Amino acid sequence: MARRTLPEINAGSMADIAFLLLIFWLVTTTIDSDEGIKRQLPPPITDEIDPPPVRERNVFVVLVNANDDLLVEGDELKIGRLKQKAKDFLIANGDGLLYGDRPQDPDLPVRERISKSFVKQKVAEYTAYVTGAEDEIEKDNFQKVLDNWRKKLRSIELLGGEFKMLPGSAIISMRNDNNTTYDAYLQVQNELEAAVNELRDELAVAKFGNTYKQLEDEYELNSENVELLDRIYAIRLVYPQRISEAEPSAAAN
Amino acid sequence: MGAISTASLPDIVFMLLFFFMVATVLRTEEEQVKVIRPEVSELYKIEKKHLIRYINVGYPQDKRYGNEPVIQLNDAIASVEAIQGWVDKQRETIDERERSKMWVSLKVHKDAKMGVVTDIKQELRQASALKVLYSAGQRDRTE
Repeated sequence: MARRTLPEINAGSMADIAFLLLIFWLVTTTIDSDEGIKRQLPPPITDEIDPPPVRERNVFVVLVNANDDLLVEGDELKIGRLKQKAKDFLIANGDGLLYGDRPQDPDLPVRERISKSFVKQKVAEYTAYVTGAEDEIEKDNFQKVLDNWRKKLRSIELLGGEFKMLPGSAIISMRNDNNTTYDAYLQVQNELEAAVNELRDELAVAKFGNTYKQLEDEYELNSENVELLDRIYAIRLVYPQRISEAEPSAAAN
Repeated sequence: MGAISTASLPDIVFMLLFFFMVATVLRTEEEQVKVIRPEVSELYKIEKKHLIRYINVGYPQDKRYGNEPVIQLNDAIASVEAIQGWVDKQRETIDERERSKMWVSLKVHKDAKMGVVTDIKQELRQASALKVLYSAGQRDRTE
């Protein structure tokens, strides 16, 4: 049998070709980034419902006109100062924690101190209601209220002291014109969000040693961690994120 | 001393290439509109990409559609009225258990007027697609 020698193909350039292909692929594919500002739209309104009356001092009004100028609480304002103004609104007369007490301002909402003994009393009260409930539905309803009061009690313990709560009707309200640019709109949304986030971060760092975002990220990875959820809830209780937008029909005026 | 054999190098590189080809998702949609997103500091990242559906609003590449921002759904330029039907169709493509978690990402050109965005938002509300992401790029917080 004759021994044939196979001619060897030089494969040295193969690597180069493959590298070229690889680099071409890396350059041409774009990895889609899905980041942005998240918002929950309100459900559609079915009937003409008269909105409940709100107190002027509890609403932080931001208007943006067709020239992208801001009117905040009746005064013209540069966007660079919006965040601080929104923070002042949220802090109001002091949160009882980092911002202690501030003098009351007739244009700002009034935070009220929730006392530990009062919350404890409520917890006891609703515990009795739940055990004495007559049917399942009633029991569930009482249980929900009880859970809420328990969370409040837990928050007071976690934050290491009684704090002052914003009234439930305190909101940031934004309204824009149809000719406002999208950029201006989103920058305003961003500054308002930044105001809440910064206050939350400050409090979270002072009390728990992590920023609020770190707490949330950690919770996402480890959603069994009840302690973490309680901390997040406590921060949210002191600084709720309530940014609403006016109905467009009203905005047209 | 013999030279180190590089015969397996192409195989390794091809392996890498295939890995990237499989791992990256090719854009199947053609860009019909030009979008330059605004830049903001308070970003939220959506981890579950399969729950996101996109609405693009930007200046049309094809000048027959005019010079004002238009809406692109999937592959085509569409009117605002088409959004509700589109949302219903998109819901069908998501697993039943996760349908309520659908996100609509609005990729809107920064110079677009709010009128068109407000119209889209109203349509989304009517279609009960309430989770919205205003897609944006990253910038630092201002002092």
